[in-house]
Amino acid sequence: MKIDHWLKENTFHHGSYWDFRHMVDAKERQDLSISLCIPTLNEEKTIGKEVVIFKSELMSRYPLLDEIAVIDSGSTDNTREVASSFGADVYLASDILPEAGEKRGKGENLWKAIHQLKGDIIVYVDADIKNIHPRFAYGLVAPLIYRQEIKYVKAFYDRPLAFSTGIRPSGGGRVTEILVRPLFSLFFPELTAIIQPLSGEYAVRREVLEAIPFPIGYGVETSHLMDVYKRWGLEAFGQTDLDQRVHRNQPTRDLGKMSFGIIQTFLSRIKSLGMVPDLPDLNSTLRQFQSRDGTFEQVEYEIVEEERPPMIEIPAYQKKFGRHL
Amino acid sequence: MAVKMTKVINELPGLRKAAEQVRDILLANVVMMGEIPAPTFKEENRIRFLHDRFSESGLQDCSVDEVGNGFGVLPGEEGGDHVLLIAHADTIFDEKVDHTVSIQSEWITGPGVGDNSLGMAVLATLPMLMKQVDFKPRSNMILMGASRSLGRGDLEGLRFFLENNRLPIRCAVCMEGVQLGRLSYSSLGMLRGEIHVRVPEMYDWTRLGAAGAIVMLNDVINRINQIRLPKRPKTSIVLGSIRGGTSFNTIATNSVLRFEIRSESADVVRSIHEQIEDAISEISSETNADVKLDILARRKPGGIGFRHPMVRCAREIMRAMDVEPRIAPSTSELSALIDHKIPAITLGISTGDQLNQLNERVRITPMFSGVAQLMGILKAVDGGLCDED
Repeated sequence: MKIDHWLKENTFHHGSYWDFRHMVDAKERQDLSISLCIPTLNEEKTIGKEVVIFKSELMSRYPLLDEIAVIDSGSTDNTREVASSFGADVYLASDILPEAGEKRGKGENLWKAIHQLKGDIIVYVDADIKNIHPRFAYGLVAPLIYRQEIKYVKAFYDRPLAFSTGIRPSGGGRVTEILVRPLFSLFFPELTAIIQPLSGEYAVRREVLEAIPFPIGYGVETSHLMDVYKRWGLEAFGQTDLDQRVHRNQPTRDLGKMSFGIIQTFLSRIKSLGMVPDLPDLNSTLRQFQSRDGTFEQVEYEIVEEERPPMIEIPAYQKKFGRHL
Repeated sequence: MAVKMTKVINELPGLRKAAEQVRDILLANVVMMGEIPAPTFKEENRIRFLHDRFSESGLQDCSVDEVGNGFGVLPGEEGGDHVLLIAHADTIFDEKVDHTVSIQSEWITGPGVGDNSLGMAVLATLPMLMKQVDFKPRSNMILMGASRSLGRGDLEGLRFFLENNRLPIRCAVCMEGVQLGRLSYSSLGMLRGEIHVRVPEMYDWTRLGAAGAIVMLNDVINRINQIRLPKRPKTSIVLGSIRGGTSFNTIATNSVLRFEIRSESADVVRSIHEQIEDAISEISSETNADVKLDILARRKPGGIGFRHPMVRCAREIMRAMDVEPRIAPSTSELSALIDHKIPAITLGISTGDQLNQLNERVRITPMFSGVAQLMGILKAVDGGLCDED
């Protein structure tokens, strides 16, 4: 019943937020600042359009965003130059908190953004969205502006297919439906209500972001949901239907790597939460197989889900933002 | 007049700078406009987007008429007469085509970005730009996204407006995304048609030969090529596209040729039309196939002259911006305006290539000159510099 209630009260559609003027007024009344963070790695083909669309619609025309930042993992193409030429603030992840060292992974960029960006709310949007539209930011930020008790808003995307009845399954991608939702069903049944737990677009209040650890790899989204749920409960979440998202489709082998990282994070979380106390040490090598000239051979991938501590524990952050544990 | 024109010329660098300052809004408008499919007769969504932009900009009388044209009016300080600004909304691309637009450092790429997402985007951005440079026109400015312009649309949107409009229109400026430097002020005589060859189901191949619809259409093309075209008045026949048949090994039972006759003289257009009709009748009777000519559009030649003040102003402004005017007659919106005796010109906004292909692209930097040129011409028009004595 709680899930039904939450789905009804905390699931939104971006189309409800058509009145930008009203949204900006509400934001200004609360004296909120909002930062958009786009984590990148070799995204020169799509980054220009993303920056242009967000800057035009949500800064120049309606001042909803206070900054648009690209946090780059060291692209070898022109991602940083293109983003900068269209007016984004561009940062190399390794230049942020250099004393904390450098790790590679999207989660690293998201974590460092908390220190670099100034917003009370940070909205994260992936850089590989072909059909980018302002809704990818305002649809996620709006519930935080209008509902004080909501702290973390996740995107989901409806995938309209032809169905003969009025009911059609609505859900996430392959990894969500095969891995994450079954795991949540076993250990965190209420979190199954989040339709796309792995979507890369979400808006979060700083007070939450600074308080949760960040796996730097594939497990960042899953661990966020578990940590926020444990500390603030299902009521802290919202989710917004952003209609369609067009992006590169990943091959099954890559989804295997992703799943491997997510399981690592998931298991280490349930262990630290005391839900499965006797977990053995886990192997960090993923083995996949391929055939060459009629014989099969192993392909090994070393995937270690490292984790960054809550940003509030970092002295430089405490100093910059005047925050303390 | 010279002093006033000098004033406009002196303002051009500032206008270009102002256009650069709204770069993100202009580019976002190109992207958002371009990603809404708008094949001819299905422009509603693109026009709705334009309409929303007009409403948000505070234009008056924002509306969509019964043939799908979108309007917004920027009221002039004195009012009375009207200047009409037009961009056609439709494209040649089917709605099933992937309309994703991408932006690189210097290019914006996607189907229809030059023809005519950029023209529409300029229309959508213009009210904000005018506010930014504090340009308060004396005349009312009617901003119009025209529906049903291309191909079979045959300028239906603009014609509908001109036939039903009661407002006095002093002059008009049509905007095309490409090419910067384009200056059209006259319309060619034109006739656009399709020739359909259909072989009946019960065709007697043994008696009449197994040539098929493609070979018959080839005969039609050979006859068209034999038509002698005069050097003066300038005349051409464009064979635009051809399609027919279904596979490698089946004799084609249908084929279609799309063509356009263009000439400075209406009489020459008429004469070529008659010769094509004769050729078709002859081939039809020789082969027993059904060969038909569908006329889709006609234009009468006409327009204002090279020395018309509006053309002269446009040339001066272009030259001041280091844009070489390329004079070319038009068969687009201009001709409908000419039919209604409204002085009008067509301008291009930027440079581009791969036009009418899926990877059509336009350059970003020249757009600002193109927009400044347009604003300069509007200032000249509004200041009375483009009126004939």
